[in-house]
Amino acid sequence: MYTEKVMDHFSHPRNVGELENYNGVGEVGNAKCGDIMRIYLKIEDDIIKDVSFKTFGCGAAIATSSIATELIKDKHVDVALELTNKAVIEALDGLPPAKIHCSVLAEEAVKEAIADYKKKQGIIIETHNQCDDCCRTDE
Amino acid sequence: MNNKKIYLDHGATTKVNSDVLKEMIPWFSENYGNPSSIYSLGRQTKDAIENSRLIVADTLNSKASEIYFTSCGTESNNWALKGICNAYKKKGKHIISTNIEHHSILHTLKYLEKQGFEVTYVPVENNGIVLVENIKKAIRKDTILITVMFANNEIGTIQPIKAIGKIAKENDILFHTDAIQAVGTIDIDVNDLQVDLLSLSAHKFYGPKGVGALFIKRGVRIDNLLHGGAQEKTRRAATENIANIVGLAKALQIANKNMDKYVKHIKKLRDLAIKLVIEEIPETLINGDMNNRLPGNINFSFRYIEGEGLLLFLDMNQIFASSGSACTSGSLDPSHVLLAIGLPHEIAHGSLRLTFGWDNNEEDVYKVVKELKEIVKRLRDMSPLYNK
Repeated sequence: MYTEKVMDHFSHPRNVGELENYNGVGEVGNAKCGDIMRIYLKIEDDIIKDVSFKTFGCGAAIATSSIATELIKDKHVDVALELTNKAVIEALDGLPPAKIHCSVLAEEAVKEAIADYKKKQGIIIETHNQCDDCCRTDE
Repeated sequence: MNNKKIYLDHGATTKVNSDVLKEMIPWFSENYGNPSSIYSLGRQTKDAIENSRLIVADTLNSKASEIYFTSCGTESNNWALKGICNAYKKKGKHIISTNIEHHSILHTLKYLEKQGFEVTYVPVENNGIVLVENIKKAIRKDTILITVMFANNEIGTIQPIKAIGKIAKENDILFHTDAIQAVGTIDIDVNDLQVDLLSLSAHKFYGPKGVGALFIKRGVRIDNLLHGGAQEKTRRAATENIANIVGLAKALQIANKNMDKYVKHIKKLRDLAIKLVIEEIPETLINGDMNNRLPGNINFSFRYIEGEGLLLFLDMNQIFASSGSACTSGSLDPSHVLLAIGLPHEIAHGSLRLTFGWDNNEEDVYKVVKELKEIVKRLRDMSPLYNK
C-alpha cells in the first residue's frame, strides 16, 4: 500500500523532535481526525537553518512530515512557502488516495510555521487550513 | 533475529485446520457432482451436504431442517434482516438493534431504513454491553425484529443474548443474533437462548472462507435473498459449495470437541498479554468489559499515538494485529464501537486489537509485548500530544 520511500521515512523519520531555539512553529490538524503535525523552524537571515517535526498520525502523516522537513531545509523562507502537497507526494514516489490529506497537512504545517516566523517580524501572511474542518461526523 | 510470524488477528480470520482441509479435498475433483442431479455422483454430494447439516444442527441443538448454508457471514446477516423485514412488513416496520453491530448488520439496517423501516439503535454502556432493560424500553407495538450480536468483533464483549431472547419471546418479536465471533469459543444452544435466527461463519473457527450458515427456527417466515433453483428447500438458490459446506461442518465439529481446551489456551495467553502490557506500558486503557468477554480478545488504547503506525511497526517485526483507528478503516472516523463505549476520538485512534489462537504460545506474548513497548515509546516520542 505504501511506496518504499514512504516506508523509509516512516520507519526512519528525519528531523524528529523539538528544536531548542526555534523561531517559528506551526501546528495543523486535530486529534479528532487522528492527525496533528507540528513543525519547528530555526531561521537565520530568512534561511531555514534547521527544522524538525512532531506528528501524531498514521504512517503517511509521519512520512510526509519527515520529507517536508528535508524539502525545506537550507531553503529561503519564500522558497519554502511555495512547497506544495504535490511536491511532497512526488518526493515520496506517491501516496495512496486515502492519504493525500497527509501531504496537505505537511504543506500547511510548513506554511503555518513560516507565517509564525514572519508574524514576529511584523509581516502577516494568509494561511488557509483545509483540514480545520475536514472531519466527518457521520457516514 | 527471530523472524517467526506471530499472527494475533484470529478475530479477522483463522487458518484452515489441516483435518478440515483433508476432509474438503475429495469434494473438488473426485466427488464433484451437482447435488441436484439424480445419478450417484450427485447423490453423494447431496448426502455430504445433509450430513454436514446434521453436524451443524447437533452443535447448535437445532433441527437439521433449520440450518441453511450461505456463502459467508455477511450473507447470513443480510438474509436474516432483509428476509425477515420483507416477510413481516405487514405486521410492522420497527427493528431494534445496538450501536456496536458489525457493518454487515449496520449497513443492512441503513439500507432497510431507506426502504421505510425504522430502526432503534440502543446504545451500549461504557463497558460495551447493552442493558436488557434498554432493549425492552425500545419495544414498540410495530417491532418485528430484534437483532443483537452475540459477541463484538472489536472489543469482544458478550451481550445478554438469553435475556434478550426471553423478552423477544414474551413480546412476540423475532430475535436474530450475529454469532459470527462467538461460535467456536462459546457453547451455543439455540433453544436455550430462544433465538429465532443465528448467523455463523466458518473462517472464524478454522474453517474455509466463503461459507456460512443461518439458523432459521421452524415456523419463521423469511423471504429469499437469492432466487433461482430449489436448493436449501427453495429458500436459497445456488448450486451448493460442497467442499466448503463439508469444511464448515468439520471445523465446527472439531471446534466444539476442543472448545474447553481452546478457551483455556487462548484465555491464558490473553491474560498474560494484559498483565504484561499494563505492567510495561504506561497510560494504556483496556476497552470493553473484562468479564463478559471473548476469551481470546483484548483491545487496548495507547494514549497519544495513532494505531496505523503501531500496526506498521508490528508488521515489520512479523507481528500481525488490527486496530480501530481511522487510518486502518479507510475513513477519517475511528471505529464506531470504540466511540460507542465513550472513548474520545484521539484515544480511539490509538487502539490495538489482539485476538489469540491455537498457534500462539507464551513466548509469542513476551516477544509481542517487548516490541510493543518499544514501538509505543517510539511513536509517543514523535507525538506532539505527549509531553514526557
